[in-house]
Amino acid sequence: MLYRENGQFKTSYDADQQLLPIAQDRWFVIALAAASFVLVPLAAGDYALRALIIPFLILTIAAIGLNILVGYCGQISLGSAGFMGVGAYVAYNLTVRVPQLNFLVTLVLSGGAAAFVGMVFGLPSLRIKGLYLAVATLAAQFFLDWAFVRVPWFTADSTSGSVSTNPIVLLGWSIERPVDKYLLVLGLLCVLTLAAKNLTRSHIGRAWMATRDMDVAAEVIGVRPVVAKLSAFAVSSFYAGVAGALWGFVHLGSWEPAAFEVSMSLNLLFMIIIGGLGSMVGSYFGAAFFVILPLLLNRVPEMIGIDVSTAMKSHMEAMIFGGLIVFFLAVEPHGLARLWAIGKEKLRIWPFPH
Amino acid sequence: MRAPLHRWRGQHERDGIRPPPPRSGAHGRGAQAVTRARHDAGVLLHVERASLAFGGVKALSDISFDVRKHEIRAIIGPNGAGKSSLLNLINGVYTPASGAIHYRGQVRARMHPHEAARLGIARTFQSLALFKGMSVLDNIMTGRTLKMRTGLLAQALRVGPAAREEIAHRKVVERIIDFLEIQAYRRKPVGTLPYGLQKRVDLGRALALEPELLLLDEPMAGMNLEEKQDMCRFILDVNEEFGTTIVLIEHDMGVVMDISDRVVVLDYGRKIGDGTPEEVRASADVINAYLGLAHGAAHAAPVS
Amino acid sequence: MSTHTSPIRWLRRAWPVVVLATLLALGLAAPLVSGAASLGFFLEVLIGGLMAGVLYALVALGFVLIYKASGVFNFAQGAMVLFAALATARLSEHMPLALAVALALALMIGFAWLVERLVLRPLVNQSAVSLLMATLGISFFLEGFGQAIWGNDIYSIDLGLPKEPMILGAKLFEGGILVSRDDLVAASVVGALVLVLGLFFQKTATGRALRAVADDHLAAQSIGIPLNRIWVIVWSVAGFVALVAGLVWGSKLGAQFSLSQVALKALPVAILGGLTSIPGAILGGLIIGVGEKFAEVFLGQALAHWFHLEGGGIENWFAYVLVLAFLLVRPEGLFGERHIDRV
Repeated sequence: MLYRENGQFKTSYDADQQLLPIAQDRWFVIALAAASFVLVPLAAGDYALRALIIPFLILTIAAIGLNILVGYCGQISLGSAGFMGVGAYVAYNLTVRVPQLNFLVTLVLSGGAAAFVGMVFGLPSLRIKGLYLAVATLAAQFFLDWAFVRVPWFTADSTSGSVSTNPIVLLGWSIERPVDKYLLVLGLLCVLTLAAKNLTRSHIGRAWMATRDMDVAAEVIGVRPVVAKLSAFAVSSFYAGVAGALWGFVHLGSWEPAAFEVSMSLNLLFMIIIGGLGSMVGSYFGAAFFVILPLLLNRVPEMIGIDVSTAMKSHMEAMIFGGLIVFFLAVEPHGLARLWAIGKEKLRIWPFPH
Repeated sequence: MRAPLHRWRGQHERDGIRPPPPRSGAHGRGAQAVTRARHDAGVLLHVERASLAFGGVKALSDISFDVRKHEIRAIIGPNGAGKSSLLNLINGVYTPASGAIHYRGQVRARMHPHEAARLGIARTFQSLALFKGMSVLDNIMTGRTLKMRTGLLAQALRVGPAAREEIAHRKVVERIIDFLEIQAYRRKPVGTLPYGLQKRVDLGRALALEPELLLLDEPMAGMNLEEKQDMCRFILDVNEEFGTTIVLIEHDMGVVMDISDRVVVLDYGRKIGDGTPEEVRASADVINAYLGLAHGAAHAAPVS
Repeated sequence: MSTHTSPIRWLRRAWPVVVLATLLALGLAAPLVSGAASLGFFLEVLIGGLMAGVLYALVALGFVLIYKASGVFNFAQGAMVLFAALATARLSEHMPLALAVALALALMIGFAWLVERLVLRPLVNQSAVSLLMATLGISFFLEGFGQAIWGNDIYSIDLGLPKEPMILGAKLFEGGILVSRDDLVAASVVGALVLVLGLFFQKTATGRALRAVADDHLAAQSIGIPLNRIWVIVWSVAGFVALVAGLVWGSKLGAQFSLSQVALKALPVAILGGLTSIPGAILGGLIIGVGEKFAEVFLGQALAHWFHLEGGGIENWFAYVLVLAFLLVRPEGLFGERHIDRV
């Protein structure tokens, strides 16, 4: 009744191919954008912004990147946190050595550096397929872990690899308050989401999906595996690098190499599996889930009245994550995004059952 | 005697006296299409003594034949004769252990499938090989990947040239969709379509490359009479309108006899026949190997 | 075909292995030749590496078993080792060790049954990547669960092994070569385990059924082999292997969380061997064990000397990089099966 396409006929390819063909979707997204940019800064407290929303936004950027590689292009990657680290450390290096550089330029350069490293470690994907590729990306992860600690150049000569950053100053706007950080990250996320969506809709995105679905057939119709796979690694690592820089500068402030360990890679993988592989919206859902679950685990026992130790909470978190991965893979392999799509379908025919 | 192999024509039974006219008669396109194939004698593809083996199994032994421009060449033979392997050889999925493949006069030591696509060789697959995660429209659009030139950044921003390119290629793909009569299914995921329609999408994806040489691997397998007629019509239209050279593997002898200009016969990886459909049909070797000795005795006399 | 394999044809097919072997030999010889190490020290590092390799191989065996029989790449093998070790350690605080071990084994069998029921059966038709991620989920769960029940301290497992290392050849080499006794025990345990498993697979009906399932699920089902029961058996055997690994590692390091990380090292070992080969897992383990130790000690020295990169930690990534390099020339591992794409 509310969510119908009646009367919305498309008379040009342009209109047919737009991002949000259904008018109601457009309204929804505009409302969401308005709420995010205007309402949330007014309503949300500093704690919510700092502990929940900003990490959620940054992790979404990383999740989108990983989804491009794993969900759209079908290459396993267990090393995404390493590429985040590259972005973070390169950004740090740039701000220390070239402090007058605009922070956005720094971000792009760190993303570029991460993209380069990603392509290098993505080269094995041309030869190694499927499960064995997991080893290649783990090699990237562990090697980068080591490099961050041991190679002094990365950390601008800090011995333990731990660094700390000053607040970002962007064209005179000093980004110190959580609200400022929130707006910066939100803006970046919007731009990056749009870019990713455009990429997946165009010929490179189709090349990725063709490589994922049947790489031999993809090659036969002219998709060059080198181009498809390496571009997926490059774009994915770019996103990871930008997310890593933001994670370090905006969320953590100061960090050590352990912030970008293999557990973060596995968490990102968890996010996109639960959220939905091969889906932009799924990356959002997965990141949101990942951020909200510990919060629930923290609050629910108190509300029920059981006393649970912190260690036990993290164990339960691990158990629930693990159980949910299996649950989603068994029940709804396309994750929360598919549930969302089903919900929308039901809404389209509401109030009729089918 | 009218050969029983022509039953695929359905309602249009010929009377038993005259031999069936060449395919121009069946489709009313006139004689020009037929003469074009006969007169344009340039050789597009030349397979020279190609051999292929998997481990100890010899898939192909010493195969030689050529394909002229604009003709329709059929490859027939019993199951396991190596027909699909031959097609894989032509478009670079396999590399011959010995011998060479000449395309447009040039030999390449080892050709990757995407290089073959770049040279204008497209193919369909016996087992479909469609991209199950995408819609019909997207599947055929992937066929345009080679022709799409815009860089990553332009695609990400999707302004100006990138948007225009996408629409231009969409127009081409829509023409193919119209040609194959699958407009109603363009947004459906290919996995949900019936087999016959999936085969059309496979053909559409190959056509999207605007190929010079089209390799069809059993395009009519598993189809009923009507679907076969439609597919034959598509193949003939592609050959006549765009001049695409076609090599097809087919089991239905009626189809082969009717639409192909020349035929290659394989058996156990060896070539046992090469010539026009009539020549091949009359060849004792082919009859023995393919149709069986009893059949050979009944049809030993050539038709008129 | 095999009777007529000339040396040249063998070389053409096996050249990656030959190159790897040569490079390894060179790498091994380098410290000796360059004088960076005395023969005694060299042998000590070598033996230490072999011992570590045997332990890796022990965990890798579990990977290979499960992959062979169910085509699943079991990311949770490390978590299984951890769980078994924790179970034994904690249970043995209340009862004799033998009983604790038996109970732990029972727990692993129960775990195998649960995995088959709750994970493998619902996911039976999905892709290898999905199954890998499912085992990732299992590993998260098992780590959390194990620590939730048994606690997250370091607990000791006392197998009654002598703790002092042996000193060999004190007369030939100055100071002699240090060889730890429990590593020797571990090596013999692995040897025995491989023998038992080999016999099991080759000689028993169940073993035959397991091999059939590994070859082709559908065909095995069509001759009446109960897939579900086979999977429970395989995961139980893998659980048994994990238990043995947990005991051996646990008595060395203590049963603690980092065990599952250490076991993660067995992943490249299994891949190097070619996921379907038990001898491959052993050989891969030895190669990686030795390579890692040598890289840590000698490569670390070289890096410190020439690039001023202090501090070590090379063994965290060396195994992976080594396997990666090898896979580039031989994507199917040492003894794995070649994957041919049929179109």
